[in-house]
Amino acid sequence: MARITLDKLAHAYKPNPQGPQDYALREVDHVWRQGGAYALLGPSGCGKTTLLNIISGLVVPTRGRILFDDKDVTKLPTEARNIAQVFQFPVVYDTMTVRENLAFPLKNRGVARAEIEARVAEIAGLLDLTSALDRKASRLGADAKQKISLGRGLVRPDVAAILFDEPLTVIDPHLKWQLRSMLKELHRKLDLTMIYVTHDQTEALTFADTVVVMHDGGVVQTGTPEELFQHPAHTFVGHFIGSPGMNVLPCKVEGSRASLAGQEIALARHYSALAGKIELGIRPEYATLAPRGAGLPVRIARIDDIGRARIARVELDGLKLAASVPEGASFDGDQAALSLQAGQIHIYSDGHLVKGEALAGGQP
Amino acid sequence: MKPVNQKAWLLVLPVLLIVAFSAVIPLMTVVNYSVQDSFGNNQFFWNGVGWFAELLDPKSDLGSRFYDSLWRNLAFSGIILAIEIPLGILVALSMPRQGWQVSATLVLMALPLLIPWNVVGTIWQIFARGDIGLFGAAINGLGIRYNYVSDPVAAWITIVVMDVWHWTSLVALLCYAGLKSIPDAYYQAARIDGASRWAVFRTIQLPKMSRVLLIAVLLRFMDSFMIYTEPFVVTGGGPGNSTTFLSIELVKLALGQFDLGKAAALSIVYNLIILAVCWVFYTVMTAADARADVDAGRA
Repeated sequence: MARITLDKLAHAYKPNPQGPQDYALREVDHVWRQGGAYALLGPSGCGKTTLLNIISGLVVPTRGRILFDDKDVTKLPTEARNIAQVFQFPVVYDTMTVRENLAFPLKNRGVARAEIEARVAEIAGLLDLTSALDRKASRLGADAKQKISLGRGLVRPDVAAILFDEPLTVIDPHLKWQLRSMLKELHRKLDLTMIYVTHDQTEALTFADTVVVMHDGGVVQTGTPEELFQHPAHTFVGHFIGSPGMNVLPCKVEGSRASLAGQEIALARHYSALAGKIELGIRPEYATLAPRGAGLPVRIARIDDIGRARIARVELDGLKLAASVPEGASFDGDQAALSLQAGQIHIYSDGHLVKGEALAGGQP
Repeated sequence: MKPVNQKAWLLVLPVLLIVAFSAVIPLMTVVNYSVQDSFGNNQFFWNGVGWFAELLDPKSDLGSRFYDSLWRNLAFSGIILAIEIPLGILVALSMPRQGWQVSATLVLMALPLLIPWNVVGTIWQIFARGDIGLFGAAINGLGIRYNYVSDPVAAWITIVVMDVWHWTSLVALLCYAGLKSIPDAYYQAARIDGASRWAVFRTIQLPKMSRVLLIAVLLRFMDSFMIYTEPFVVTGGGPGNSTTFLSIELVKLALGQFDLGKAAALSIVYNLIILAVCWVFYTVMTAADARADVDAGRA
């Protein structure tokens, strides 16, 4: 059982890193609380696997410390940490049966036979592998192999955290769902810290209580799925989470009014003088298209039916954005009116969210 | 029914001709010799299976020579396999995985494989000489009596060491290729599972290398079973007959004594032994492949 603290952690694969561009992982400060279900979300090459490997001890960080509870484990080898890891491609020991695979970590640690048998039986039960225990592991499907990899972590009674490095990449879609639910259930039953690396937002948002979004070697936002959706701290988070992602449009802001492509928009907060590149972010879910009436005059490029909703691709004086189409709405021609919910508009300066101040009551 | 165009056979003709002249006719000549006795002036007399009966009878002169060299050959193959396979694995395990050292090592390792066999023989013939050879003189200098010209044990040691020097890199390179195909995640998982170095070897590296090892064993067995040039150059089959292998015996019979019938019978039996071993290896390998396919099919 452990709380994992990352203290000013940074890593460069090159020796003698000079500028920030040499770092695969820029300075990260974070606390993984005991028993949390975390997702580490970001595109390929953003440093999430590096971070994972530092936690598991496969990589020693260039700078900073990593603590399990209050114990510094920065230099401790993998096998001496209470960590298990499941990799992208299932790792099973080909020559062994499922039972021997599950027993392997315990055998290596010199655990008594009776205890090994009991643990293996228990974990096989949890993972639904009991009937396959005496089969050769190499003969099973990718999903069962991935369960075995996970099982080898779970059998160790001392494991504090399980790290998943995009574990469902090679799993068939219909089994992905099953495995993910199984993981959630295991997390509930076993009081383990789980850190799940993925570039798939659906996986991250359905699995985790807390999602850590990484971009370009740094953490850009940590929060619940809802926080990430409602208040993206960075335009990258806005883009990356949500389908389609948040509209991010260049604009000018003065006080509580923004001007977007020559149109004035009222904001729900007041912003004092802003510097840098100013952008306005609004999620398509809060930008509603109407056939006519008040709103920004836009031209409809096309309307996509994405199943649970219809999303329109529109143009506002050359700026492209996505908007939602209310049920039953129909349009003649390509002209329509777009209204933005003022409370859901975020203002970004150089990519970072600007908080602004709440308006004194009553002012438009 | 579709008309059959018999002219298509013409297209196969060149291949048939080449194979006929390169393999079938020479082989049939040998078969022809093996059932006849030859005298001067191209006189041949039918001898049936006489040569074969004599060859396979350990009490006859020909038979005892055949069995002696066959056992020598098997012993030689056994010894060099027992040394080269484990040594090759060890070398492959200690080869660098990345960086410029990889290419440097690969080139150095490949060098012995590129040297013509009779040159290898000549190198060792001189290298192992007790008077002027670096290797032989050094051993004699240590006070150990070593003379491969007069001492059968020294002759065997020389030939075995030469073969190990010449061919271990082949085994090592094959194993290295097998090792390179193991994804990093396996090693990382093994570290997390707390596996010892030995357990990593037993449970990950050896199983993943098994296929290439089978090929290495096959190649080394075949090659060592057919070895001729190097011992011929170094020891000439001596001292006495102590390093006379099947191929050397064959040349002695055919070209030394001009006993074409005996030599032909020996050639055919020699050939059948090699074919039989090939067949066994082939069966084992395809059976292993079939098992792997079954695994892949279920995965």
